[in-house]
Amino acid sequence: MLHTLKEPRRDVVPSDIKEQYIKAFNWMLLSRILEQKLASLWHASKIAGGVYLGKGQEAISTALGMILKSGDVFGPLIRDQAGRLAFGEPLIDVFRNHFGTQTAPTQGRDGNIHRGRLREGYHAMISHLGTLVSVVVGALMAHRFKGETSVIGATSIGDGGTSTGSFHEAMNMAAVEKLPLVVVISNNQYAFSTPTNRQFACQDLVDRAIGYGVEGYSMDGTDLRECLEVMGQAADRARLGHGPQLVVGNCLRLNGHAEHDDAAYVDKALFDTSLGRDCLEVAECYLQEQQWADETEIKRWKEEAKRQVEEAAAKAQDEPVADPTNDDWCPYATPRIAKAMFVQ
Amino acid sequence: MSITYLEAIREAQANALRDDPRVYIYGQDVATLGGAFKATKNLAQEFPGRVLDSPISEDAMVGSAIGAAIEGMRPIVEMQFADFSSVAFTQIVNQAATLFWRTQVPCPITIRLPSGGNPGSGPFHSQNLESLYAHFPGLVVMTPGTVEDAYTMLVEAVEIDDPVIFCEHKYLYNRLKAASLPDTGLPCGKARVARQGRDLTIVAYGVMVQEALTAAKLLSQEHIEVEIVDLRSVKPIDLETVLASVARTARLLCVGESFPWGGVNAEIIAAVATHGFHLLDAPPVRINSKDTPVPYHPNLWNVHKPSSQVIVKTAHQLLRW
Repeated sequence: MLHTLKEPRRDVVPSDIKEQYIKAFNWMLLSRILEQKLASLWHASKIAGGVYLGKGQEAISTALGMILKSGDVFGPLIRDQAGRLAFGEPLIDVFRNHFGTQTAPTQGRDGNIHRGRLREGYHAMISHLGTLVSVVVGALMAHRFKGETSVIGATSIGDGGTSTGSFHEAMNMAAVEKLPLVVVISNNQYAFSTPTNRQFACQDLVDRAIGYGVEGYSMDGTDLRECLEVMGQAADRARLGHGPQLVVGNCLRLNGHAEHDDAAYVDKALFDTSLGRDCLEVAECYLQEQQWADETEIKRWKEEAKRQVEEAAAKAQDEPVADPTNDDWCPYATPRIAKAMFVQ
Repeated sequence: MSITYLEAIREAQANALRDDPRVYIYGQDVATLGGAFKATKNLAQEFPGRVLDSPISEDAMVGSAIGAAIEGMRPIVEMQFADFSSVAFTQIVNQAATLFWRTQVPCPITIRLPSGGNPGSGPFHSQNLESLYAHFPGLVVMTPGTVEDAYTMLVEAVEIDDPVIFCEHKYLYNRLKAASLPDTGLPCGKARVARQGRDLTIVAYGVMVQEALTAAKLLSQEHIEVEIVDLRSVKPIDLETVLASVARTARLLCVGESFPWGGVNAEIIAAVATHGFHLLDAPPVRINSKDTPVPYHPNLWNVHKPSSQVIVKTAHQLLRW
């Protein structure tokens, strides 16, 4: 049955919301401080290539990472640092992959956000938008083949990424296969410099859920509580066998596409709308309003996050970076195939 | 009792499904229909739940196979025609081919491409894409030219821990027959001397092995003895067997049905020129299709692709050196 919700159901608020909210806030905080460090390292020319940050999307991303349990499948995208941490990514992996150390998840062969821990269900994105959705679909098919019915998957896409054929094919396939997949669209109003009115013509991206025959939700991506509730409900329904869940989180990208982009093209008026709120500031106010944490405690959390980030950065910086004389330069997993390859 | 090239492909898949619970087949019309060409005939009935019809979504078919392979499965994806694999190009060359290199996690998927021309098939149901896929590091590209290889190489493809592009030639499906199927074959990366000869080496693969054998018979009537090397796989390429043959004949003719620009033939000739220049008594020559899209009408198609007559004519020119 098509079951499209545009508003979160407040009646399914988990009883442990305080504990969950505090945990989520700390992931958001850690992600923000970590990304500030990445930006400063990039500006100091300590990182090759680009640095892509998720400022303003931490609430959506954290909720995405937190709905998953160990053994689930996670396909994060470009602005999902917070979700990666919430899913269990060690901080050190982030710096190792940005520095391209020999210890990095991709050993310097790929960089920055292109990392994962595949054996732990955490997939490593390529740059082609939409292509990771079907990979998560296939991972879920594998779990189904193996009779592992408690596993769900979650992945993320931007407003721009929804325009790709890959995204459409994978959403439709997930629906046809009735897989326990949560897809969150972080509608941050811009795909690089392209605004949403040059990206899609439907009124709301959540309307696409009807077309795919999946359950859909729209949420305020700047409100952590709403994100936790809506995403939590979507995950529960996926686990209960209601098939794919499409969640649209509305927000504004609060940094450039990458650190090399000053985002001068962003309509300044958007910052004065509810979309332009900084989800971290909103969450901090909410914590204090609810008297779940006071200023002193939040300050202590910030200091602890900073300490962890500095420690991980320093450790990774001391590790040897990729060395062409150490690399086996072999893209094949099968030894006899690797040996048979003709080398000019 | 005989078995066709197409039946060999079906048997290889039945064998893989029987022997390995990690194997499943995903593709358009592969279940109830048994595939557009019947390469999966009755497999859905024999292996319930493991042969699944997919939506017309080549990109997601391959993407999902990659995800399943990461989780330990051994998917076989059937493209209805090799031509349609262009829709899955990103997943094949960017996601699958790079996966092990990036993450050290293998990507054991087999993508079957019903390849090559048939009379009346036209520009979008006739293409050979082995050169295209062989270009990308991380992919294995198989091009069986015999019934026996169609069987043993497909069984091997499923066992290999890397993504395999399996280029099965549609023209051979029902035309090529063997008495029985072997238990084992040469491993991928080993070429086979399909015919021994002293005057000229023809390197071929896929359907062109048969065309070269026909040409060799005609040339033999003129006492010209051609040696034919069947590459079997174009990535890896068995350069050693090619060079050993050129050392015997001193002349090289490469034949492939695909488009000429930058292909397998060019790669073989470049490698022989680099490593076996001293062995050659004449400039190496290649024969490919014409450098146009594949035409529809059989009159045009017959001239577009390399034929035994063209091979004979080119062999004569090469032997005049």
